[in-house]
Amino acid sequence: MEPAKKAPSETPSPTPSVIPGSEILWDTLVHLGVDTVFGYPGGAIMPAYDSMIKYPIHHVLVRHEQGAAHMADGYARVSGKVGVCVATSGPGATNLVTGIANAMMDSVPMVAITGQVPSGLIGSDAFQETDITGVTLPITKHNIVVSRPEDISPALKEAFYIAKSGRPGPVVVDITKDAQQKSCHYAYDPSPVVLPGYRPARAVPNAEIQRAIAMIAEAERPILFCGHGVIWSGASQVLQELVEKADIPVACTLLGLGGFPASHPRALGMMGMHGEAWVNRAVQESDLVIAVGMRFDDRVTGNLKTYTPHAKKIHIELDPAEINKNVRVDLPLVGDACEILHQIVPHVRRGKVDAWLQHVAALRGDRAVIDIRDLPDNGKLYAAHVIMDLWKMTDGKAIVVTDVGQHQMWETQYYKHDFARRLVTSGGLGTMGFALPAAIGAKFADPSAEVWVIAGDGGFQMTAAELSTIAQEDIKVNVAIINNGFLGMVRQWQQFFYGGRYVATPMRSPDFVKLADAHGLLGLRATNRQEVAEVVAKARAHSGTVVIDFRVVQEDSVYPMVPSGADLHDMIRRPATEAAAAPAAETSHNPIFETGEDE
Amino acid sequence: MFTPASTPILRTFVAYVEDKPGVLNRIASLFRRRNYNIVSLNVGRTHEPGISRMTFQVEADRDMALRIEANLYKMVNVLSIEDLSETQRVVRDLALIKVQVQPPRRSEVLDLVQIFRARAVDVSPETMMVEITGDQGKIEGMVAALRPFGILEMVQSGTVAMSRGSQGEAARSAHGARSPVSSVA
Repeated sequence: MEPAKKAPSETPSPTPSVIPGSEILWDTLVHLGVDTVFGYPGGAIMPAYDSMIKYPIHHVLVRHEQGAAHMADGYARVSGKVGVCVATSGPGATNLVTGIANAMMDSVPMVAITGQVPSGLIGSDAFQETDITGVTLPITKHNIVVSRPEDISPALKEAFYIAKSGRPGPVVVDITKDAQQKSCHYAYDPSPVVLPGYRPARAVPNAEIQRAIAMIAEAERPILFCGHGVIWSGASQVLQELVEKADIPVACTLLGLGGFPASHPRALGMMGMHGEAWVNRAVQESDLVIAVGMRFDDRVTGNLKTYTPHAKKIHIELDPAEINKNVRVDLPLVGDACEILHQIVPHVRRGKVDAWLQHVAALRGDRAVIDIRDLPDNGKLYAAHVIMDLWKMTDGKAIVVTDVGQHQMWETQYYKHDFARRLVTSGGLGTMGFALPAAIGAKFADPSAEVWVIAGDGGFQMTAAELSTIAQEDIKVNVAIINNGFLGMVRQWQQFFYGGRYVATPMRSPDFVKLADAHGLLGLRATNRQEVAEVVAKARAHSGTVVIDFRVVQEDSVYPMVPSGADLHDMIRRPATEAAAAPAAETSHNPIFETGEDE
Repeated sequence: MFTPASTPILRTFVAYVEDKPGVLNRIASLFRRRNYNIVSLNVGRTHEPGISRMTFQVEADRDMALRIEANLYKMVNVLSIEDLSETQRVVRDLALIKVQVQPPRRSEVLDLVQIFRARAVDVSPETMMVEITGDQGKIEGMVAALRPFGILEMVQSGTVAMSRGSQGEAARSAHGARSPVSSVA
């Protein structure tokens, strides 16, 4: 075996050299444009780690492999590139599983590289052996086992191509230890990947485009749905052209937020279970739905039997398997959203929509009456207010990475995103613990960006160990913990649907200020609205990572709410009394929180 | 608008897949995950090296059939997929049936074998093995006729199918890139 002295491959040698698989791995990744990976070493991936040092790769050492997968996910969502995470066999690989499933549900391009026991030991229940391709089969777009050094480079090229093209998704490449150790002739092959059975791109027949144009021209109450696919196909601008030319109001899915500017006059906001009332009303009253890059998730539609009863539907979607899955559509346009919209826009005509636009504008008036946005300061701190103030102080330009739960829904209601890839959130899988690691990935994707984590006290603690990663990497993110001493969303469901029995939802947390301090980070706390501006300003001015403990009202709920499976127009609203006068005499059911030493 | 789905029928699909380890597992896993119930599944080699052909039957309505097609179409190792249910096709099963029969009654079994255009492929002092190909109905008829003699064991292949004439262009070409949904509208 020749001593590996290959220079980092800014100048790849055209003549094949004999190098070990562990070097082929990094050389290929560098050629594929990778400069940052998130991972954790271990026995079966050690040869690869040993070779990493020779290549221009920054490795972020995580504290748990789930964090590595979420970091790669956050990195991909912000950069638009493929995120890469690395783990060893067995527990290293299985710890990635939640993060891989999360990327699958939200169509995020990710390549997870796992070490595997030597090929001769496969099937023998060797130490740290797990059939990770078997485990991840239903939660990956594709996965590949590699047991020869010759196959490493083609497998990685395939993985990147599959992860990024078409409807993106995670790909696992499982590489045996002996494939990393053995050497072979290698020169990077820049030719494109050919996969005969994989056809991500399709053209839409012109007749179908013409039919869409006719349907839009005939519509009197059109509405457009902006989904995650708009962001991944880069269709924001052409979508805006369509909306302006045809005067169509736009509702976003959770992951579509930012795909269409929230401050645009035609923007309605998010639809679905916690969409504002006027958005869901407009959806239900529409006579034409133009759904772009979305999949009619149950959180978006509510009861399918009563969903959009008057609307014809055009479904612009890359994935043919999403057509007629949940909702029957009249015109499926299967292909890239950006291309299809470019075909439609030049010929699109405005329908007779004046009355509709007036009606939609009137529906909005309803908000101020029942919402807490305009509540006078009553000495209590509301999560909504924290997020609204954060939005104002960051000029709506921060990258916000949310966890999952009440705070996530309030974020969608009160932080207005005008730009794509500035909201990073776990939609399909609803993975608590996503925010902190995903924010680390987001920061590496855009180091100059102001990154804010918004997490609940529950979700934050699921992956709080990644604070150490932050400290070690010496990066700056701002962490806003919306701390209500409860698993808030579950508590809300218990309040609404389980007779107010708060089983296993009161939660005692560590002192987050001290926790930050223990990591060498700055910890701050706010308990009323005046303090919000102060701590946010302090956090923004501080050069390192700041963790803020926002002690918010404990038993607040997210309104409106469409109960699971209910009709979309059947919403639970904030009680009028609560909206008009603040709930000054709040009764607490949570003794844990009240005994905190800061109270 | 919510419209009721069409009635589920037994549908026959043909797929060309890459002959690689784990491909069958991927397809079986997809069916399990999406809750499609496979009635019959057959995989075998084709005249093209490296390419296997699958025939599978699923109870599905039209919408589900289109989604099955689309989900398989998405799989990296699936080269082409076609629903033969609404085309002219030849559908065959093969069965081997071992019957308990002593020499004096062999001719009765052979008569039945002839009527069904089956074949006797093995004989012993106590038994006779019958091979029959045909659709499911024909095989069931043979089984019913032989049952009075005493069936010792029986095995049946999965169903295989092929479209008649020059139909099924997409399925015949390993590189056929037919869109599974463009015909919906």
